[in-house]
Amino acid sequence: MTFTIPIDNGDALKNAEADSQRTLYPYVTGTSIVAIKYKDGVLMASDMGGSYGSTLRYKNIERVKAIGKHSLLGASGEISDFQEILRYLDELVLNDNMWDDGNSLGPKEVHNYLTRVMYNRRNKFNPLWNTLVLGGVKNGEIYLGMVSMIGVSFEDNHVATGFGNHLARPILRDEWRADLSFEDGVKLLEKCMRVLLYRDRSAINKLQIAKITEEGVTVSQPYSLKTFWEFQAFHNPTAGAQGSW
Amino acid sequence: MTKQHANWSPYDNNGGTCVAIAGSDYCVIAADTRMSTGYSILSRDYSKIHNCKADKAVLSSSGFQADVKALQKVLKSRHLVYQHQHNKQMSCPAMAQLLSNTLYFKRFFPYYAFNVLGGLDEEGKGCVFTYDAVGSYEKVGYSAQGSGSTLIMPFLDNQLKSPSPLLLPAQDAITPLSEPEAVDLVKTVFASATERDIYTGDKLEIMILKADGIRTEVMELRKTLSECWQHTLSIVLIRISTLGSLCYLELCLKFSCVVNRFSFSYL
Repeated sequence: MTFTIPIDNGDALKNAEADSQRTLYPYVTGTSIVAIKYKDGVLMASDMGGSYGSTLRYKNIERVKAIGKHSLLGASGEISDFQEILRYLDELVLNDNMWDDGNSLGPKEVHNYLTRVMYNRRNKFNPLWNTLVLGGVKNGEIYLGMVSMIGVSFEDNHVATGFGNHLARPILRDEWRADLSFEDGVKLLEKCMRVLLYRDRSAINKLQIAKITEEGVTVSQPYSLKTFWEFQAFHNPTAGAQGSW
Repeated sequence: MTKQHANWSPYDNNGGTCVAIAGSDYCVIAADTRMSTGYSILSRDYSKIHNCKADKAVLSSSGFQADVKALQKVLKSRHLVYQHQHNKQMSCPAMAQLLSNTLYFKRFFPYYAFNVLGGLDEEGKGCVFTYDAVGSYEKVGYSAQGSGSTLIMPFLDNQLKSPSPLLLPAQDAITPLSEPEAVDLVKTVFASATERDIYTGDKLEIMILKADGIRTEVMELRKTLSECWQHTLSIVLIRISTLGSLCYLELCLKFSCVVNRFSFSYL
């Protein structure tokens, strides 16, 4: 569906440059984020690739970051917009710390803030081209939610952005349990990331898994998954399609 | 320079259906809990009902959930201000007018929200208000909005036909059904809508408003297509043991399927 942007910035007639300030399409993008709640908190996995269209331009982008003491933010979509969101959140956390009142922003609050930011940018027809995943633990309460670039948000026991929503979510709906241990949670996430690696062309085999619990955040060192290419179907992929096009 | 066409839309339809029925001293508001985008499901457990922190008015909205959330927040905050200024809660008809004005305020960049407001009026009788996306509203005895509304509304018209608002003298649009009957009707209607509308399903959240408070019920709805046969088979197994004859098996399968479509509660 095409939707014409109504131009409304006061001096629209004089201000041709104002248009070029708006986001029209994403340039450097990150692919899926997959995240699950587990027994002690939240586990979030992402690969470290940044694609420039169909070129794999950057291979060392951390797409999962800690926010304050209680939250993890993962982003897919435009990397520069993600960096801007991190700057907004820096300011938010700084102001929260300056109150010095013993309270700190929990994941629910950060998720709500991000939802408002994304929605307001969409209202001004200048969206932040990201789908964000926000997970965290505060006072024993484990929280996991997602916000899309037009401001649609929800929370659930497991979330995935982009291709992850199509490929990983069904696996999670089948195999997720509330009492997953850390090892089982990582195994489950790796299973999802492996499928994405096989089937998402913008995925790379270099991933990080971040964990957040009541104690704090740990982001793993980058590592790669073992893949298996000896399936019969991969040996002779056109075997069943001789003569067809 | 030709005008650029956006390659993104500020709107999305997250699907779902909302229904409300007004009774003599109660109001039933119900909505499913599925949130979708395109052909994907985002969440199977997302509530579309918002109580605006008012005990006489409950809002249920389907459509674009980001706009729905923003709308709910605006109403909640306006209600709070009203309470501070008037030292009492907003009545349902007052909330209805506020919602209409709020929607029309964004007439030229609408909230993509299809609302049903249910509650108790000043006399304690149930009232339902139904809206379009830009605020035109009407007090009715029952209403359905959202992706399943076209499936549900004709059936409610058949079961609850309310008098035309053009009649003189004005007649009450309230249904003579009792509260348990109305709740059963709502469950039936959602079970049927779930069969044919892909955006409706997962769970049904029902809120029953009465003078003494709000009660919530949750009912499971079909999540996928494969569930139908599992349910039917379990009914068949019971029927075989009672009838004891194989020739009745086929009849039961067909009967169960037909009954399943029309009334969830009779099985």
